[in-house]
Amino acid sequence: MALATRTDKRPSLPRTVWDSTVGKKTVMAVSGLLMLAYLVAHMYGNLKIFFGPGTFDGYAHWLRVVGEPFLHYTWALWIIRVVMAAAVVAHAVTAYQLSRRDRAARPTKYVHRKARTSYATRTMRWGGVILGLFIVWHILDLTTGTVQPGFVPGHPYANVVAAFHEWWNDVIYIVAMLALGLHIQHGFWSAAQTLGAGSKTRDRTFKTLANLLALVLTLGFVAVPVAVMTGLVS
Amino acid sequence: MRLTLRIWRQANADAEGAMTTYEIDGITEDMSFLEMLDALNEKLILAGDTPVAFDHDCREGICGACGVVINGDAHGPERTTTCQLHMRHFEDGDTIDVEPWRAGAFPVVKDLVVDRSAFDRIIGSGGYVTAPTGAAPEAHATAVPKPAADSAFEHAECIGCGACVAACPNGAAMLFTSAKVNHLNVLPQGAPERETRVLDMVARMDEEGFGGCTLAGECATACPKGIPLTSITSMNREWLRATRKAGR
Repeated sequence: MALATRTDKRPSLPRTVWDSTVGKKTVMAVSGLLMLAYLVAHMYGNLKIFFGPGTFDGYAHWLRVVGEPFLHYTWALWIIRVVMAAAVVAHAVTAYQLSRRDRAARPTKYVHRKARTSYATRTMRWGGVILGLFIVWHILDLTTGTVQPGFVPGHPYANVVAAFHEWWNDVIYIVAMLALGLHIQHGFWSAAQTLGAGSKTRDRTFKTLANLLALVLTLGFVAVPVAVMTGLVS
Repeated sequence: MRLTLRIWRQANADAEGAMTTYEIDGITEDMSFLEMLDALNEKLILAGDTPVAFDHDCREGICGACGVVINGDAHGPERTTTCQLHMRHFEDGDTIDVEPWRAGAFPVVKDLVVDRSAFDRIIGSGGYVTAPTGAAPEAHATAVPKPAADSAFEHAECIGCGACVAACPNGAAMLFTSAKVNHLNVLPQGAPERETRVLDMVARMDEEGFGGCTLAGECATACPKGIPLTSITSMNREWLRATRKAGR
């Protein structure tokens, strides 16, 4: 007797990914890594502020002309912006959907509660919300200048110095960057597991790399407001 | 030993449950946790009360039938099953909270008994190899590399007790499913269904209403059989591989 054979038609790749919790986590991992790569470049660019207004403003101008004449003026920048916006949306939508699902999967809480996971792990969701709000503030503050009186387009050095002269703005940025460090510490390592890159032997490597990325990015970003506050950059 | 027990009592699936306090004396440190519950139930029966319902079978730590959350830990403070947890890990005068596994996919049947048939349905969706039955095949006909055999054995240790789901803040069954997927996917005998197995089992796991993985690691800490957290990583890798292949 022949064995029963199944000839079921499977859904398309995007459908399979989007319908699965594992697939949605993959979307989170990939979009998260894209944002992380952007942040590394962003932090590197920020540090040019220590070489003076000429270097910093020149770098900002180069970001607009990079790729010319193949790309038009500011096209490269807009391509990056579109990709980042898509990554943020994909990351947030999947996080929201998975979180709703996770809450429904544990409808009754334990009477005897214990918090054992690390602070970084427990704060991923609200930390992510804080970072999302920060991105909006950051764009209004230093890209469009909507919330910054005296913002001069095309003069990033002066704008950064003016922005960080407000102590409360420094607080916003420093708190957000600490949240970013925590988010990356758990997020980078998690992404490695979600994408199947981790293993018992590589676990320590990925944990170290996550800690290192979190530390370097946080310190690198916080250096700018601290430098303005202390008068190192003025 | 004299103990104060606060146990979840719930008459049936639809009834409202509550933590109920019991005092018990004469517990020795050599008793297992389940024997301590037996002693309580004897007392309750003699007093004309309804005994506390809990699942148990082999009481040797190998069947996966028992399991309750003790003071917030699945299977209690030691890395073992509830039946193999001994009262020597508690102090005289302790107050112990006993609750059932909590997960949307594991509804409470009565008191500390939950319905874990969702696990059976995950197994039914792919946790097997399709092999013609008959005489046992010649042992050397299919060569299994030693690392693959070791890995399969490590994952095959999963007894399906559900502690991973109970411990997971998201009520996810990723550790269980990954143990079952990896157990067969690393073996040559499991190779013909390697892709359909992981896709179908993960899909079934989602359909059953389990949550998603946030790599909190609670499951691997609670697992009495020591299934590692990287088991989930391996399943993710298998799932991504199968998704790419199925998409072609």
